[in-house]
Amino acid sequence: MTPGKTIFSNTKTYRTLAIALVYMVLIGIFMLTAPRAFLDSKIYLAFLSTVPFSLIMALGLTFVIIAGEIDLSFPSTMAMSGFVFVFLYTNVKSSILALICSLAVGAAIGLINGLIVAKIKIPSIIVTLATQFVWAGLAVILSGGLQKAIPSARGTLFYNVLVGRALWQIPAQAFWAIGLAILLAFILNRHRFGEHVMFVGDNRATAKMLGVNVDRILMAVFTLNGVLASFSSVLLALEYITWWPTQGPGYLLITIAAVFIGGTSIYGGEGTILGTVIGAFIVGSITAGVVASGAAGFWTQLIVGLVMLAAVLLNTLIKGKQT
Amino acid sequence: MNTKCINLVDMRNISKSFGKVVALKKVNFKIGSNEVVGLIGDNGAGKSTLIKILMGVYPPDKGEIFVRDTKIPIHHYSAKAAHERRIEAVYQEKALGEKQPLWRNIFLGRQITTKMGFINTKREKQETERIMKELIGFRSKGISADSRVSSLSGGERQGVAIGRAMYFDADLIILDEPTVALSVREVEKVLNFIKQVKKAGKSCILITHNISEEYLVADRFVIMDRGEIVGEYKKEEVTLTELISKLVRAAGGNEEEAGALRK
Repeated sequence: MTPGKTIFSNTKTYRTLAIALVYMVLIGIFMLTAPRAFLDSKIYLAFLSTVPFSLIMALGLTFVIIAGEIDLSFPSTMAMSGFVFVFLYTNVKSSILALICSLAVGAAIGLINGLIVAKIKIPSIIVTLATQFVWAGLAVILSGGLQKAIPSARGTLFYNVLVGRALWQIPAQAFWAIGLAILLAFILNRHRFGEHVMFVGDNRATAKMLGVNVDRILMAVFTLNGVLASFSSVLLALEYITWWPTQGPGYLLITIAAVFIGGTSIYGGEGTILGTVIGAFIVGSITAGVVASGAAGFWTQLIVGLVMLAAVLLNTLIKGKQT
Repeated sequence: MNTKCINLVDMRNISKSFGKVVALKKVNFKIGSNEVVGLIGDNGAGKSTLIKILMGVYPPDKGEIFVRDTKIPIHHYSAKAAHERRIEAVYQEKALGEKQPLWRNIFLGRQITTKMGFINTKREKQETERIMKELIGFRSKGISADSRVSSLSGGERQGVAIGRAMYFDADLIILDEPTVALSVREVEKVLNFIKQVKKAGKSCILITHNISEEYLVADRFVIMDRGEIVGEYKKEEVTLTELISKLVRAAGGNEEEAGALRK
């Protein structure tokens, strides 16, 4: 027990700093390989328009993974609640009602996942793998497999508030994503709920013994993830003025990657929202960076994989130094 | 010593079977206030069953429990109800969240919060420092309220769990094998924590296989064997050697085995 140990006890900060460093190095490399794109503010505005969709879902997923579970169904939640949104938007013509119903559908889908995981005690990877097929399938059936456009949305107040370009051309969805990230970071670190989530993922027996309602926490994190996935789907449908049945699956792996690059532990019990935010931007920047650097687009996956490996290794090394 | 010891806990005629296996046979067990009781016995003697009944993990088949002379409604009893009666158990593997800082572990489930449920982290950390220094006499350097449980030794972890129980005013703290798998120095720390419990005017039930450790801190010894209490001794009445002989004989052993155990 050396006195210096307290300095190292706050590894969370170290790990987040390390991830931020990874991001800066990555951007630095892209500035060298693609100076025309990466020394121009336009590309950063582009990131701020595209990253929020996966980032918002990654925020909810961070809670799920910290609680020691996983959710594979959020891309289908996205498809299903996005469909509900565009369907009600076109048929009922109330954007607010469409938004509320879409969020409610997302909440219900998340709650069903949570109920099965908490009450029937089936591992979440299996439950959400199954529900992922169910909701994706239902969205395809209900839509007849066709995409739906909502051109009348463009320019409305509703549209401008959610995905408009107001301040310095910054997309509104970036403000929503960052706002949600700050709120959820506070909830994770400073609210009783966040503490309970961490203990549920760390040691469920301890949590139970000290009066934490473990089942309720599990249901809450899946519900949160469902709501955030449906909010993301509404933003996505508005941004592209279109909903299409297969828009979800592309987000599955990049969202999970963002959370793990951000330093959240697969074993549960620890993770940071800031890490996830940086993780989402890392994943979101790579595609653009690779293409702008002149390499073919199919290099992207390889590089995302390498960066993820590097981030995970870095995390483990810093952790190893502590214990 | 307090001669007018009121009974903090009085368990009367407790019987419990699991299927055909009889775990407890009409056991009578009392704990006075400010008393450290050592509960001794072989594996399967019924110690853990007795404690679990007291902690509300499961009800007895027969018998009554009184806490501070008030009868407990046995079929509406639970771990939560035991906590409300200021009885706490410290289980080694269940006590703490490894990856969390000490202050979160101390206050989990009983956080100091605003009305909105936001945690007052500054106060929780201050109180944690105070618990460590004043309540359990933590002297290890380099450990603060922000330290993670994973950086603590086994004995220190017991200390944090015991400190937490004391802080939340438990009158009776039950320790189930707190020194298992600890080094000699760590065992000493745990025994010191138990002395702190006694000094604070609280009671303790100590279950351990190591009688000589128990002898150092307990006021009274209760020997169990095959679901029954087969002997009760005050510390003044027995030497450690005698106690070991009694335990071995109770477990059906002979004098030779007792001699071997003493060594």
